Amino acid sequence: MPRHPTVGSGASEIRPARRSVLNWLLATWGGGILASILYPIARYLAPPDIPEAPSLSVSAGGASTLRPNSGRVVPFGSRPAIVLRTPGGELRAFTAICTHLDCTVQYRSDLQRIWCACHNGEYDLNGRNVAGPPPRPLEAYDVNVKDDEIVISRRS
Amino acid sequence: MRGRLRPWLEERLPLAGLIETLRHKTVPHHRYSVWYYFGGMTLFLFGIQVGTGALLLLYYRPSANEAYESIQFIVTHVPFGWLVRSIHAWAANLMVVCAFAHLFSVLFLHAYRRPRELTWVSGVVLLLLTLAFGFTGYLLPWNDVSYFATRVGTDIPATVPAAGDFIVRFLRGGDDVTGATLTRLFGFHVAILPALATMLVALHLLLVQRHGMSLPPSVEQRAAKDPAAIRAMPFLPHFLLRDLFAWTLVLALLAALATFYPWELGTKADPFAPAPAGIRPEWYFLWAFQALKYMPPRVAGIDGEFLAVALMGAGAVAALLLPLVAGRTPRSRQIVVWVGLFTVVFMAAMTWLALTGSAP
Repeated sequence: MPRHPTVGSGASEIRPARRSVLNWLLATWGGGILASILYPIARYLAPPDIPEAPSLSVSAGGASTLRPNSGRVVPFGSRPAIVLRTPGGELRAFTAICTHLDCTVQYRSDLQRIWCACHNGEYDLNGRNVAGPPPRPLEAYDVNVKDDEIVISRRS
Repeated sequence: MRGRLRPWLEERLPLAGLIETLRHKTVPHHRYSVWYYFGGMTLFLFGIQVGTGALLLLYYRPSANEAYESIQFIVTHVPFGWLVRSIHAWAANLMVVCAFAHLFSVLFLHAYRRPRELTWVSGVVLLLLTLAFGFTGYLLPWNDVSYFATRVGTDIPATVPAAGDFIVRFLRGGDDVTGATLTRLFGFHVAILPALATMLVALHLLLVQRHGMSLPPSVEQRAAKDPAAIRAMPFLPHFLLRDLFAWTLVLALLAALATFYPWELGTKADPFAPAPAGIRPEWYFLWAFQALKYMPPRVAGIDGEFLAVALMGAGAVAALLLPLVAGRTPRSRQIVVWVGLFTVVFMAAMTWLALTGSAP
């Protein structure tokens, strides 16, 4: 252990060493307390993962009530999906979440396109991004009709 | 860099004067000095309540349908959520203990005397706010004990003539304790009361700093004879380090209580179920709860419950006005001590009777 420079003699010789030990104890004590407070807070702030049952298929209402050149937004698990009937009468379904900034899209019968109101993004009836800012196409779902009930399901 | 930063900062944030004042501030050191720490401990616990309360707000949902479930989620799914909730509940109780200890020590050491009258008044209001925090926070888990305790508690003001019905409706947000009450008490608990308490704490601390620590009359008399007989320690760092040590003890006690005795959640409130046995308020309201039980229905033609409420109200007003009427003469200080002792003994006895269940 290095000897501290001392001015006096006797008791004052050990003072700097005692002071540094005390400072070290104080810093360790403070640091330990701070860490034991900050760590639980950091863990607490991170939202816990809630395992969500992956919904594979959901009912999307009656097929006969969905006229050609129209669409409706239905819940698909915890997120919205859009199911539409093309002017030609074909049923199609996509995720209803715009690939640009997470808005929910809607069907525009005057444009005959899927349209996002937030930033004027447009997708064609195959879900392809064709105008405006969306960077990627919409994910397409499978559509089946059982006894006039539309069932949409995620493609495996 | 540092050489230029300091003057730059000092010009915009002139704190040097304040630090200089703190450097010269001293705290008297005598046999009653230990009582000086309870105010700081109460302040520390208030800080803990603000911190843990803010954390709970991130996951808590203030509605009758979701409140209980959201706390279940906090204590079972959120990492350390059980700890945050338990610390909030335990710290609330310790804060009431420290606030009462602080109040009675100030009372018995006569620190409320001139020129500290407003420090005392702001302190009494802060204690009432602390109790209001306890009362409004009690319902928030929406469990059956707190639900019925809040029904009883909010019904007590109904005995007040003329304004009673209005007060009950004001507290409940309607005629009954419902989800509307929960939302309302939540608003009081997290917005209105904290705003009031923060302002009053700031005033209280400012006054404590301006006037310094009070000397008890006996020490004051000794100091008058021989000023050298009273020792003093510098606030920075001696007293502050002692304060920090006291806070660490509180924190350690809090961590131990929260870990080994986690606060229970109980069962979810059902407004249409009969009240379960053992409905009681938080322990710091037990003395009032017990005193109400002993009150006969009518006393000299006056409604007994109203008389009890009026007496408690008068007690609160007397506590607020105390420094304006007492403390100047040794005789009045003697009366204060006796009244204070009677209050402590009365509250302790009533609490003990309520806890042991020897109620009529």
